[in-house]
Amino acid sequence: MQFEPVIGLEIHAQLLTDAKIFCGCSTKFGAPPNTHTCPVCLGMPGVLPVLNRKVVEFMIRMALATNCRLNRECNFARKNYFYPDLPKGYQISQYAAPPAEHGWVDVEINGGKKRIGITRIHMEEDAGKLMHDEHNPASYVDLNRTGVPLIEIVSDPDIRSAEEAAAYLRRLHETLVYLGICDGNMEEGSFRCDANVSLRPKGTEAFGTRAELKNMNSFRNVQRALEYEIKRQQYVLEGGGEVVQETRLWDDTAGVTHAMRGKEEAHDYRYFPDPDLVPVVIDDAWIAEIRSSLPELPLEKRERFVRDYQIPVYDAGVLTASRALADYYEEVVRLSGEPKIAANWVMGDVLRFLNEEKRDIRECPISPASLAGMIRLIQQGTISGKMAKEVSEAMYRSGKTPQAIIEEKGLVQITDEDALAKTIAEVIDKNPTQVSQYRGGREKVFGFFVGQVMKATQGKANPQLINDLLKKMLAG
Amino acid sequence: MELHELTIHELLDRLRAGETTSAEITASVFGRIDAVEKEVHAYITLMRETALAEAARADERIRKGEIGALTGIPIALKDICCTKGVRTTCGSRILQNFIPPYNATVVEKLRAAGAVFPGKTNMDEFAMGSSTETSFFGVTRNPWDLDRIPGGSSGGSAAAVAADECIAALGSDTGGSIRQPAALCGVVGMKPTYGRVSRFGLVAFASSLDQIGPFTKDVEDCAIVMNVIAGYDPRESTSVPEEVPDYRRFLGKGIEGWRVGIPKEYFIAGIDPEVEAAVRRTIQVAEGAGAKCIEVSLPHTEYCLAVYYIVAPAEACSNLARYDGVKYGFRSEEGRDLMEMYKKTRAAGFGAEVKRRIMIGTYALSSGYYDAYYKKASQVRALIKRDFDEAFAKCDVILTPTTPTPAFRVGERTDDPMQMYLSDIFTISTNLAGIPGISVPCGFTAAGLPVGVQFLAGHFQEGRLIQFASAYEKHAQIEKRRPTL
Repeated sequence: MQFEPVIGLEIHAQLLTDAKIFCGCSTKFGAPPNTHTCPVCLGMPGVLPVLNRKVVEFMIRMALATNCRLNRECNFARKNYFYPDLPKGYQISQYAAPPAEHGWVDVEINGGKKRIGITRIHMEEDAGKLMHDEHNPASYVDLNRTGVPLIEIVSDPDIRSAEEAAAYLRRLHETLVYLGICDGNMEEGSFRCDANVSLRPKGTEAFGTRAELKNMNSFRNVQRALEYEIKRQQYVLEGGGEVVQETRLWDDTAGVTHAMRGKEEAHDYRYFPDPDLVPVVIDDAWIAEIRSSLPELPLEKRERFVRDYQIPVYDAGVLTASRALADYYEEVVRLSGEPKIAANWVMGDVLRFLNEEKRDIRECPISPASLAGMIRLIQQGTISGKMAKEVSEAMYRSGKTPQAIIEEKGLVQITDEDALAKTIAEVIDKNPTQVSQYRGGREKVFGFFVGQVMKATQGKANPQLINDLLKKMLAG
Repeated sequence: MELHELTIHELLDRLRAGETTSAEITASVFGRIDAVEKEVHAYITLMRETALAEAARADERIRKGEIGALTGIPIALKDICCTKGVRTTCGSRILQNFIPPYNATVVEKLRAAGAVFPGKTNMDEFAMGSSTETSFFGVTRNPWDLDRIPGGSSGGSAAAVAADECIAALGSDTGGSIRQPAALCGVVGMKPTYGRVSRFGLVAFASSLDQIGPFTKDVEDCAIVMNVIAGYDPRESTSVPEEVPDYRRFLGKGIEGWRVGIPKEYFIAGIDPEVEAAVRRTIQVAEGAGAKCIEVSLPHTEYCLAVYYIVAPAEACSNLARYDGVKYGFRSEEGRDLMEMYKKTRAAGFGAEVKRRIMIGTYALSSGYYDAYYKKASQVRALIKRDFDEAFAKCDVILTPTTPTPAFRVGERTDDPMQMYLSDIFTISTNLAGIPGISVPCGFTAAGLPVGVQFLAGHFQEGRLIQFASAYEKHAQIEKRRPTL
């Protein structure tokens, strides 16, 4: 029997607000344990939550970018369970009335587009972190992360392969980062993904029993875990067994998923509306205001680059991988007027230098103005393409302008015809044998003359000019 | 008269006239505490040293002519109000040693108005009870009869005011916890509109019902304290940015032509005949003052207790989840792993009534039961609120007994939760509807136990309640008695 995987993803994205969702504490990552805390996020007796409106705004941004329908009113609910990283004994989340529903995104799969539905987006607070002492029977809790705002994005069960899941995940990731509402750092946990996976016989409608996968902290792991889990379930079903509804953890090292102990997931969360918070009202004026401030999204930008700059789809994809890179490229284009050449240089040297050092485009020592300046110098014939390689490397190392580097290194191309003609005449004089060979029809010898002239000018001569003059002078 | 026997307004007059000092008042209150606290046990924690220091500072301000609304007046705090640097137990072993690093908003407001804090008063554990018998710190006695309970859950505050162990006190009222003990101790107690007084720093029992309010010796003092504690608090999402009138403006005015609603559902079988008689006399007093009494109906009254005992425990089981032994408060050292630590901490840290309500609440919210219990209760709650809206279309205030019986004996109802719950039968609907209510003394039983009458009004009509209660107080001329201690 042929099986078809049915996959839905739940994504948790930490929002880049300055303050936590229900108190004024900082959301910055990496502070010493329990320093970004106050009685409210510590869950002390008698304290009360007050919603940070910025969180709602960020949620609305994502909802609009993923074509969701926004509900006019939504509620916060308490999700009750005991765990030491949850100081109140409940997480403030949203349950019965989510703010955003019925959205979708398109992803590119095998050259085609596929639409994946988004069931809902809601807001909630993050929990703290436990740290276990390796040498003593003790655990510690860091509550800095407690109350950091999250949005949870739940997809419809529209995904049919690990590859589609990865594509969908990348689309949401780049959208969140483009919107400036999440830093997308999977290792630090600011972008997390859980997956629901089941199989059903191909051509049937009913869903099979699903397993929930957790602990996949990279795009690659999500894909690997799903591939493994699909195979595992297929094996179980083909052997006449049944898939158990359970939570399974991905083990990155072993490359397998294994079941979490039953007890840990036997939760009845007893959701009910949080009586300490009032309903959130999202009116049309607010939605319109946020809509008008939305940046261009990656897919739109990609299509515009191909259309307006006449660059290949692949190049547009690379150049729009982040908003900062796209902005950089567009600035180079604006200053140089050369979209194709600019694309080559940004994708070539600039990204290569940055990747070698694992640096971000925002840290690039070559300013868009310098790169554009260099492109102009090439176009004007002041430097050769070969020289430009040297210049770009020097710009990256020193951060200096192309002009400064060219002067420093004496890299200016000889474009003075008289001076070059003089040099060529000398080369011709010195090599009578080759001259007669050339004139006798052995045109290959032409390369020899180019080399000699280059050598004599230390590579500074404009190659086009050498060609033209040589041809003329050798012809006698 | 001793200083501790006086009211806030009497003491403020004397302070302004320079006839006494806050140091003298505070010393008088502590003298009274030393004399009677052993018998009454109104307090969990006394704050003698800081109170005397606050009194000295108040006197300094008074000398400079900077007299605020409550400068130099000793006001006791129910031990459910968080006090920075002073342990706040909520009557529970689990918070036995909890010292908050913050003040409740009401504490900040009282402090800013110049109040002196003599101590933290006893209460039923987490405000769950009607007799102050569920406190981990022992029973408070009714100053009128030490064999009897003072009511609850704010029994310590009511008893402290009745026994002159403070001049006024704050309590909290989730289903009658201010009005019921006020009635049983013969003092004035007000539960303001939900959202009127900040809940920030009030240890939560049932968040949608809890409200802080004053215990005072008369209606004028109630207005004075309300002027200080009422108002919008940006630290509470359910706080309402409704303007606070000067409640003293409503004192001493007439009630001629007022329509007083008498809900027929509140004069039920089982109500103590002496209580009923006392309350019926208040109707005559109101009519004597020119008000017109009419019968109104609150048809969903019979469901109030049931709704309350679903909604309140449901919210409570969630609110009390934070007491897990991890961060603060009591922790059992016996647990060998996390789950055992949780279980042993909560088993030893909470008393029987709290556990009962946590279990009821957990059950009511459980998957498969939520719709039948919590959701249904929320729907009926909306009907109860509508009953009041409809009644207040016909009348200006509603008049009911505060409690069905006078104070009962210590231990009399501890084994029968249903009997205990029935002591709040007339006060619970107010919290469910979110409206304000006040209990004022309306007489004594033959055995000398105080009886209270309750007045209710629409949302944010505390001024109307004060006006009515003040007029009633004036016309009724209830005999001034003091408990003999």
